[in-house]
Amino acid sequence: MELKSLFILAISSIFINNFIFARFLGTCPYIGVSKQIDSAIGMGTAVTFVMTLASAVTWLIDFYLFEPVPANLFYRVFSLATPPDLTFLKTIAFILVIAALVQFVEMVIQKTSPALYKALGIYLPLITTNCAILGVSLLNIDLKYNFIQSVVHGLSGGLGFTVALILMAGIREKLELADIPKPLRGIPIAFVMAGLMAIAFLGFSGLKLK
Amino acid sequence: MSAFKELTKGIYAENPIFRQVIGLCPTLAVSTSIINGLGMGAAATFVLIFSNVIISMIRKIVPAKIRICIYIVVIATFVTMVDLSMAGFLPAIHKSLGIFVPLIVVNCIILARAEAFAGKNSVWLSALDGLGMGIGFTFALVLLGVIREILGSGSLLGYPILGTSFEPMLIMILPPGAFITIGLVLGFFNWLEAKRQRN
Repeated sequence: MELKSLFILAISSIFINNFIFARFLGTCPYIGVSKQIDSAIGMGTAVTFVMTLASAVTWLIDFYLFEPVPANLFYRVFSLATPPDLTFLKTIAFILVIAALVQFVEMVIQKTSPALYKALGIYLPLITTNCAILGVSLLNIDLKYNFIQSVVHGLSGGLGFTVALILMAGIREKLELADIPKPLRGIPIAFVMAGLMAIAFLGFSGLKLK
Repeated sequence: MSAFKELTKGIYAENPIFRQVIGLCPTLAVSTSIINGLGMGAAATFVLIFSNVIISMIRKIVPAKIRICIYIVVIATFVTMVDLSMAGFLPAIHKSLGIFVPLIVVNCIILARAEAFAGKNSVWLSALDGLGMGIGFTFALVLLGVIREILGSGSLLGYPILGTSFEPMLIMILPPGAFITIGLVLGFFNWLEAKRQRN
């Protein structure tokens, strides 16, 4: 039962609530890094990786430090009268955690796998200001997901982002050869294409998942 | 004269949305109606002005290597202030903007102005730059909001203006409409700029 609901969550965040086409998160790298399939795959992998990690870490921080629940560490360690509500700190804390996490991941990959670092290296610093990462962390809290659900949401959200990015890169490689009116060349036509793809993705909202 | 230029450049010549093409996520997400666009624009303008002022004040004592981290903390502080104030005073708009209020932190426009302008210029000029960019951003949001609201629901600021015979194009207020509208508007501004340069 649990597994089935996680599967439904994964499918719906890849196709129905796609981060690009339905939630508008991560649009800047979507337009910026979708010119070639190779770089789209690199960026997609890096984003998926960091989104999964960030979902896990920010959920733990929120639950054990900020939420007014009995599990709150401040409440336990300092034996306070009531669990403190520190949720107003989450925006500042999350962005710092994500920035530190990205730096950390970059260092680990650089030490352990130079080949992977070469493939992902230039995309990692860009990820800190990718709103999909902070977005998924805040959404996990807003939607009241538990730990497992948050991690699955992060992973599948990242996969959805990657699918959208690779599809777009494939189309843009073909667009290079097309005869497009001059003012629409480059970014404007990429947006119109994204709109048409979003219409296609709207079709998935008819899926009945139960 | 130059101070006036710093204020006006953000509105057309260096408009963050139409000319620099940054900060697109909130633009696409909240431009479904004019009132949402105005709310988002006002929130971002507030953060832009105050983060620019503070970053300009501390620009001489911030070590170059960790400046981005410090900028982000300053920006996040003002975003939290806006987030909590909006939740208290304007709960309806805060609810319809959703997570895009806290996401102002990662709006590229704000970090870009901190890095490209406020970190190098005086407090007064940075405040004007922030105000100008904020107005330019709000202008873009409202323009897209007007187009999408008229075509998508046949109304302006909630009042029906196109009569009963008009069949609303639902797609315009759904996500695909946002992408198509901004693509065509960007194309229009490119055409306008090319025409201006030819003359």
